[in-house]
Parts: sequence; C-alpha cells; structure tokens
Amino acid sequence: MSRIIKGGRVIDPANGIDRVCDLEIDKGRIVRTGRGLSGERVVDANGLWVLPGLIDMHVHLREPGYEYKETIETGSRAAAAGGFTAVACMANTDPVNDNGSVTDFIVSQARRYAAVRIYPIGAMTEGLKGEQLAEIGEMKTRGVVALSDDGTTAMNAEVMRRGMEYARTFGLPVIAHCDDLNLSRKGVVHEGAASMRLGLPGIPDAAEACIVARDILLAELTGAALHVAHVSSRRSVELIRGAKERGVAVTAEVTPHHLTLTDAALLEYEYDTNLKVNPPLRTEADRQSLIQGLCDGTLDAVASDHAPHNIAEKEVEFEKAAFGMIGLETSLSLLLRLVHAGTLTPAQLVQVMAVAPSRILGVPGGTLGKGADADVALVDPERVFSVDAETLLSRSRNTPFGGWELKGKAVCTLHRGKTVYADREWKKQHKVSS
Amino acid sequence: MAWGKRKDLLGIEDLSRDEMESILDTAESFKEVSLREIKKVPTLRGTTIVNLFLEPSTRTRTSFELAGKRLSADVINVSAASSSLLKGESLKDMAWNIEAMNTDILVVRHSAAGAAQFLSRVLGCSVINGGDGAHEHPTQALLDLFSIRERKKQIEGLTVTIIGDIAHSRVALSNILALQKMGAHVRIAGPATMIPLGVASLGVEVTYDMDAAIEGADVIMMLRIQKERQGGHLFPSIREYATHFGLNQRRLRGAKKDLLIMHPGPINRGVEISPEVADGPYSIILDQVTNGVAVRMAILFLYSGAAQ
Repeated sequence: MSRIIKGGRVIDPANGIDRVCDLEIDKGRIVRTGRGLSGERVVDANGLWVLPGLIDMHVHLREPGYEYKETIETGSRAAAAGGFTAVACMANTDPVNDNGSVTDFIVSQARRYAAVRIYPIGAMTEGLKGEQLAEIGEMKTRGVVALSDDGTTAMNAEVMRRGMEYARTFGLPVIAHCDDLNLSRKGVVHEGAASMRLGLPGIPDAAEACIVARDILLAELTGAALHVAHVSSRRSVELIRGAKERGVAVTAEVTPHHLTLTDAALLEYEYDTNLKVNPPLRTEADRQSLIQGLCDGTLDAVASDHAPHNIAEKEVEFEKAAFGMIGLETSLSLLLRLVHAGTLTPAQLVQVMAVAPSRILGVPGGTLGKGADADVALVDPERVFSVDAETLLSRSRNTPFGGWELKGKAVCTLHRGKTVYADREWKKQHKVSS
Repeated sequence: MAWGKRKDLLGIEDLSRDEMESILDTAESFKEVSLREIKKVPTLRGTTIVNLFLEPSTRTRTSFELAGKRLSADVINVSAASSSLLKGESLKDMAWNIEAMNTDILVVRHSAAGAAQFLSRVLGCSVINGGDGAHEHPTQALLDLFSIRERKKQIEGLTVTIIGDIAHSRVALSNILALQKMGAHVRIAGPATMIPLGVASLGVEVTYDMDAAIEGADVIMMLRIQKERQGGHLFPSIREYATHFGLNQRRLRGAKKDLLIMHPGPINRGVEISPEVADGPYSIILDQVTNGVAVRMAILFLYSGAAQ
C-alpha cells in the first residue's frame, strides 16, 4: 500500500532537491518525488519540511550496564521524537563495548526494541584504558561502524597511532575525544573568567586543541580516517580547517549545546549541573568560531553527545556531578535557531544532520533518492513550543533547556516507511497510521 | 539602616556597597559586646544556628560559634568527621534533615565551589557561606573590610595588594570584589601559576614583582601557601617561594609608613610571611580575628531577620 507525503517542502541536498512536491513511499522504500502523485494513503505535509531521517552519530544509550539512565529502547524513542532515524552509540557502557559479544548484545537489543537504527561504535582500546587495542576486527564483523574511546583520550600517542592504523585496516573511522588529561586534570568547566568567578577548577581550551593537533598529525602519518568528536574551541576549529586545507582525512562534529551556550550560562544559572559537560561550554568567541566552522564546512556534522544521567548524579555539588546533558529531543530545534536567524540554510541543516553523518560512518541514509529506505523526518519549522524536561521520552531529564521556547520541531518520523514518532498535536489534525 | 530582606549570604558578588556598609556599621555596635564582663546579649534567643563545617576549620567555625553564643542563639556544630556524609548521605538529604529540625540559620563550609548556592536552592532557612571551595568566603572579606576601616577610617581610594595563590583562593576573590565595591584600588601579586587565567575581567592590577607589589600599598594581604601544593606544578619548593614571594622586613624597606599587613590565617611563619613581620608593627592579623566575631554577630543578626 503506497503512501504519498503531499505538498511538503522536500529538502534533499544529496540529490540536489529543494522544492515543494510529493514523496511516494511503498514497501518501506522511497519510490519517487514529483508533483501530483496519488496513492492509497495521503499525508498532508503542507507547510512542513520533508527531510531524510536525521542521523545522530554520537549518543550514549547506556545499555548494557546503566539502564537506569537510558536503554536502547528509550533512547531510540527519544531519537525518533527528535526526527532521527539512526543513531550511533558510544562504547562506554558496562561492560565496555570492546569485544564482539557486547556488540552482539547491542545489535540484538536494537533489533528487538529499537524504534530507529542503532549503529554501535566499538572501543578502540580495551576497557577504554588507552593501553591495548580492543578486538577491532571481531567487532567489525558484528556490526560496529566506527571506533572511539569517547569519554577519555588515549594519552599514549603510540597507542593512538596503532589504533588508527589498525582501524584503517578494517575501513573504520576513529572518533577522537580530544582532551589532554594532564591539562584538564580535575577541571569541570572552561578555564577563564567564568571559572574564576565561580571558583571552579578549569579546563583550558589548549587541553582539547593539543590533542586535536596530535591526532591530525597521526592521521596524516597513518592515513586513517579521523573524526574529531564534539569540537568546542576556536583553536580546534582552526587546526581542523588547516588540516583540511592540506588534504588530511579529517572530519569533525559539533554539538547543539556548544553552538548555543557559553560558560557565561554558568554564572547566569548559578552552578546548574546540567551545564556541566565535557568538553566544557566555552566562550562567545569560541561559539562564534564553531558556528562559522559549521557554515563553511570545517565542521562536517552536528551530533548531540546525548548523555543521559539520573537526577541523583546531577543534584549534587557541581564538582561531584556527572558530565553530560541529553540532547536527542532538542538537537533539531536548537539547530533551527541558526536557520531562523539566516545563518544556516535548510539544505545545510540537512547536510550536517543527515548527509554528513551517513558519509562519515559509511552507513545508508541522508537521502530521499529513489530506492532508498524510507527514513524520513517531517518537520514543522514554525511550530513554537516550550521544552518540558518532564515529558521528554528519554529516561533522563538532564537538560538545561527546560523552559526554553523553541521554534521548529519534528512532527512525524518514519523509519523504513513505518511511523515511529508522531507529534500529538499534529496527529490530532492528521490521521496517521503505520 | 539600609537593610532589605535577604535570606542568604552566599557571596560578596550579590552584595551592594550599601549593604556591606550596613553590615560593618552593625558590627561596630556588636564589637562592644565582646569587651563586656558578661559577653552576651539576648538578641537571638530562641534562634537555632547549625554550623555545618565539612572541611577542616578552626578559626571560622570558632568565630561563628562564639558569634552565635554571644547573641544567645542555640548553636550546634556538625563537622565532616561526625557527619552522615561519611555514610554516603548526599549533601541535599543531609541539609533537608538539618532543616527538618527547624533550623533558622545554616552556616556552611564546604570544599566544593557552589555548595552554598546549592543549599540555598534546596532550603528555606537562611544559608550563610562560610567558605565554598575556591569560590567565595564573604564573611572573611567583610571582617577584613571592617579591620581596614577601623584603622584607615575609609576604604575608598586605598591601594590594597593581595599576594599569594590568587587562583585557588576564596579569600582573594571575595576580597577583590568587596574592595572594588568599596572603591579601593586592588593589586594582586604572585607567580603566574597562581594568577587565574580570567584575571583580566576583574580589572585589577597584576604584578609578578614583589617590590612593585609593595610600593605605594596602604594594605597588604598575604594569603596562606598550602604546603601540600609543594612539588605540584604551582611552585618548585617552599624555600624558593619564601625567597621570591615571602614578605620579610628587608622587602618592607620601601613600604608606606602607615602600611597595614593582614593575613586570613592560619599563617605559615617563614613561608609567605616572616615571623618579624607577622608580629611586627604593621600587622593587624589578630585584630582581624577579634573583629571576625563582631562581623559574624552582625551577619547572624541581620540575616536572622531580627532586625526587621
């Protein structure tokens, strides 16, 4: 039974399309785009954007081991609500995803419970310890799409070099969390005027940039595909821009929170532990540089670094609180602020939130081309809503954006043609069934 | 008296110059109480004060305890060693339990910056910050202002130099903010490892040279050097620190004749300050301790709401 998504603005930069037309879906695949299409069921998309399903290449789903924070099921529902049809989950679970059996477990849980595609990312080193390489080949055969010791940095440069070389052997990108652990030490916020005012131990921007520089040099040395996770500082943007100019195989991502907030928020919200993230929120000059980097292509992708934590891990002294905030359900809306401001075009938004992640990870998606799986996000760019942390689908509530009024959100998400999310208000007006 | 309704004293950051002056004026009238034969007034009879000191402290805790007792309040001390935090209770639960016993004022000393803000958010009783991590120590700054004003009559226009580990000192931050609000010129000095990265935003004068630090200063505040930091990366040795950044008589040759030397204590004799200087004519270190009680009496009185 074919379905027609009618009269929306189809934005599909992978195929050079940005126009109001219809999209036909049948048997979980995209049949065609065109005008005046008819089918058995019609979804009125008038006023909506019709996008390839978004892909978040950096999330923490916490399963196995921390199911009280999030599970593959709850995380995937949060993803669907945010317009995502695929997410890649980091390896810092318990046990760590550093061997084939843990990868198997994640893949099988995903098959059973997930609303969207789940791509596991394997640890580069055993136990994320930065000492010995994990069984990368084994994990690759079970389905990991990339390698990362996210959450920490292999401080031994030789380990990083060998990890990159070995990853290259298996055609896997290495996603680097760049943080010189000696420089960042006990730091909990960006080191600067705000950290001084708050009396909190700081993390200098050089802690990130030193490792970005190192890893770029190692990528040049090894020919590996390096992807820099959650870039937070101007210096790192400059280093990545320079590396790209001389042809190094480096890509990078930035989070919506680093694009939106600065360390000044810590003064404004007085030690709100939901603002404690790693890497830390930096200065306005850094934020502007990140936006510029995203617009000019230095930063390829947007990823949320969705990091769920239980309230008990956040409602404590700032220095004791866990790092991280959730992001899957606010990511798109925060990026739309840049679109509404005229900084980013809608096509660029699709590029950084769908096309680039699929290419970096080498996974399908990011396209509404004929024959592709029907992973589609319907977005109402004008819908104004207030973020209510209590009603989010994630199992955790650790967002600093509660109470923020945002404009634009996903109203319906299709995964392989099946509705995996439909906004309640929108559903009232449009009868949708899977 | 310019005193509005304030529940908590979390930092100098929140206080206006008028409010600080009100506290100092009130402290002046309370100072006399400690000189009486019977050092007690009934002002806070029936008020319950809990001193929650989760970090070692003798001076500040004793000072708050005496201040509360001289005002006839019921004062309970809870220290880190005796607290249920050792049993794994969270700070929030502990504070809720203390408040559930109808506490009126909670004085808190904690090693984590922001601990007082955190408690003020979850508690209805008054919270007085007795020092939180490397953030603020507002009562220390207020007693320092009081001690300076007592000697110099006014603070506006004075040059005050703070020497030592500015980057990790709550005393330094609170004093910088307080002195600036009172119109003083603030200068800070120490090795660059001890000057915070964000210092430019404070609008203070920075020097790494001790002679320049001392020249023309009306007041010098020395900060305690934490010996346990020796061998870390802030300074190579106590010996070298004392040689290059310690205050001694030779250094003071170019100092103003009416200089005041202060120290929040406890002092390391022979490290940041030589014994002759600590006990010498410029020193008002023990005045600070005496005045601390009067200033804390004023603070407990004003924040208890008894002044309304």
